[in-house]
Amino acid sequence: MHLVYPAVLASLLFAVGLYGVLARRNAILVLMSVELMLNAVNLDLVAFDRWLSDSLHSGQALTLFTITIAAAEIGLGLAIVLLVYRNRGTADIDRVTGLADPGRPLGGDSGGAPDSDPATDTPDDEKAEATA
Amino acid sequence: MTLTASLAALVPALPFLGAAFGLLLGRRAPGFVRPLAVLPALTSLVLAALVAARQGPGQTTDAAHRLTPTGSVPIDLALSIDGFGAVIAVLVALVATCVQIYSVSYLRDDPRYPSYAAVVNLFTAAMLLVVYTGDLMVLLVGWEVMGICSYFLVGHYWETEAARAASVKAFLVTKLGDVPFLIGVFALAADAHSFRIGDITTTATGGGLHHPTVDALLLLAGVAGKSAQFPLHTWLPDAMAGPTPVSALIHAATMVAAGIYLVARLLPVFTASAAALAVLAAMSAVTMIGSGLAALAQDDIKRVLAYSTIGQLGYMAGALAVGNRDAAMFHLLSHGVFKALLFLSAGVVIHASGTNSLTAMSRMGGLARRVPDAMWTMAIGLAALAAIPPLSGFFSKESVLRAAEHAAAGDTLHVPSAVGWTVLVAGMLTALLTGGYATRLFLLAFRGSGPEAPDHGRQPLPMTGVLWVLAVPAVAFGGLTYRRLPDWLDKVPLGPTLTTAVLGTGLSLVGVLVVLGAWRAVSEARRQVPMGAVVENADADVEPALVEAEAIATHTRVYGDIAAADDPGDPGRLLLGPLHAAAGHGFRLDAAYHTLFVRPVLAAAGLVRFLDRDVVETWVKGAAGAPNLLGAAVRKAQTGNVQTYLSALLAGAVVLAVLVAVGS
Repeated sequence: MHLVYPAVLASLLFAVGLYGVLARRNAILVLMSVELMLNAVNLDLVAFDRWLSDSLHSGQALTLFTITIAAAEIGLGLAIVLLVYRNRGTADIDRVTGLADPGRPLGGDSGGAPDSDPATDTPDDEKAEATA
Repeated sequence: MTLTASLAALVPALPFLGAAFGLLLGRRAPGFVRPLAVLPALTSLVLAALVAARQGPGQTTDAAHRLTPTGSVPIDLALSIDGFGAVIAVLVALVATCVQIYSVSYLRDDPRYPSYAAVVNLFTAAMLLVVYTGDLMVLLVGWEVMGICSYFLVGHYWETEAARAASVKAFLVTKLGDVPFLIGVFALAADAHSFRIGDITTTATGGGLHHPTVDALLLLAGVAGKSAQFPLHTWLPDAMAGPTPVSALIHAATMVAAGIYLVARLLPVFTASAAALAVLAAMSAVTMIGSGLAALAQDDIKRVLAYSTIGQLGYMAGALAVGNRDAAMFHLLSHGVFKALLFLSAGVVIHASGTNSLTAMSRMGGLARRVPDAMWTMAIGLAALAAIPPLSGFFSKESVLRAAEHAAAGDTLHVPSAVGWTVLVAGMLTALLTGGYATRLFLLAFRGSGPEAPDHGRQPLPMTGVLWVLAVPAVAFGGLTYRRLPDWLDKVPLGPTLTTAVLGTGLSLVGVLVVLGAWRAVSEARRQVPMGAVVENADADVEPALVEAEAIATHTRVYGDIAAADDPGDPGRLLLGPLHAAAGHGFRLDAAYHTLFVRPVLAAAGLVRFLDRDVVETWVKGAAGAPNLLGAAVRKAQTGNVQTYLSALLAGAVVLAVLVAVGS
């Protein structure tokens, strides 16, 4: 079998997975897309291993690793998704933006902003000097 | 280490331990505070007396422990007890004990009494260390500990503005003198290759000092600061904002005496330079006369005593200027006792009358009947101060005048006769002034007329008892010891001679009589102009210290001035005439210092503040601003949407791949 078939198939699978990761909203579907991408890579690995006639079969060995890690990853990922869903009532990846930058300057969320506002920090400094 | 040395080491150690335990246990075990305050001082007194008795007028006891091998000049933890140290330590321990006993009553309800008592003990330990040590570096440690204790104690009523200002002033002015003093100590050690006082005096006697004048003048700066000599005396009158027992301990008997004591120990350094002696004599003469005039114009009873302390220290400095340390030590001893007595009785008077203002006291009848103990002991103290025979002040002051006369006649080695004349004339004039202000103080305080003084019941026994304890040496010390004391010191006869005794006592009596006359002359004015204010809550059961603090705080409000009061019924005002206003303010020396030193320093501090706040800080803020803006721009990308990130990642990967493909 010519190498181009599995390679094209893997590329298509990867493109589908990529589209799913970038465009789907449901976190579970995103995870499934990630699986697709991983399996596309697996396919590539096996095909190239065969085509190169590698005596050590490193491509196949690596595929086994990837399968194992993919299993672990999907387990973890689904657990996270489950927890997110329980906490927020949604698995919509667009709404899970807790790690977004708050849009305020550094240190602005801890209350005492040392360099945020010149009007409030001058009295603070003076007080610190008076008590020192 | 001999037994004497071991005992002597215990003398400063006990109050130090008392202070340490007092500070540690003060909050947790209030029951121990009073014993911990009084007992170490009392034990020290007993031990100091024992050391003096064992030491006797014999050889110096030396014991040393090498503290640090510094590589060049070693520092020894050295005890060196000679006659001088032994007797001064007894005085210090005696006054400290009296003050501690007195304070138990005086500050009975004070919430800060534990720390106060501990600091007084620490101060006593430092002073005893200064007295006993034989090493200038160790002496310096005691010297500086006293400085900081003085700062804490003067600022005891830190709620009042006057006390805060006074404590900072006392600390800064004495420090101003301490810096040259430190340099002087190093200069001496460099020449003598030792910090030991014995080695330094031997070197100085042998002419081994390279620059005796410079050394002596550097030391004099520190002495002037500590012993409140012109021009660094201005802290002492203001330091009266501290509690009365503190004034009695620090500003009468101990800390101010440390400077004199140091000069006495290092006298060969000073006699090696005629110029230094001349400066010392001029300093003492200006101090004596100026403080005498200022004392005549003060309104606060304690400030009168403060200025008289400055004047009496001037006497001691004068005695040292004419090369006679025996007379200086003699006067230091008798002055320490009677001035502590005066301060402590002034504390009783302030409590009884509810004011510290002499003007207010002079409008008050029957104060003498209210506090007879204070009146009698104060009379004794003032008579001793005015050198009325046969009180102790008479003998000690005559010994100073005798030494000055001796030097004036050119009979003292190393001492120019002009120095002798300066001290002699200034001493005589000061005797006149001393008689005057002592009489004025007594008349204004106890011979006032007007509404009855408030009845405070009997003063507590610890306060009045201590007064009588101190009154005994104030009466008898001079007469009993002037023959025997020289054996302990340099064996210079200290007895009064006829000429100086008659002249000095005569001038003093003239001062007394003139003020008496002036007192009669202004009695009409005093009756017509009612003046003065008394502290409001001056009940019998109010703590004495509280009355004093309030009196100090209200003085400025009532009289418009912390020091003086414009009272037509004051004999001092009649006698001083146009000088009165100036003398009341210490000849405006404070104002001059304010213009010359304080204002430039404040201006410089303002400039530094401006440079720091507005110039340096602007740069720092600017440096932080650029990354901040950049961060704000980058921050926009952090939306929290994982898919956006991944899209960016993909775009980046594609760009890289294209670049690699195009490049290869």
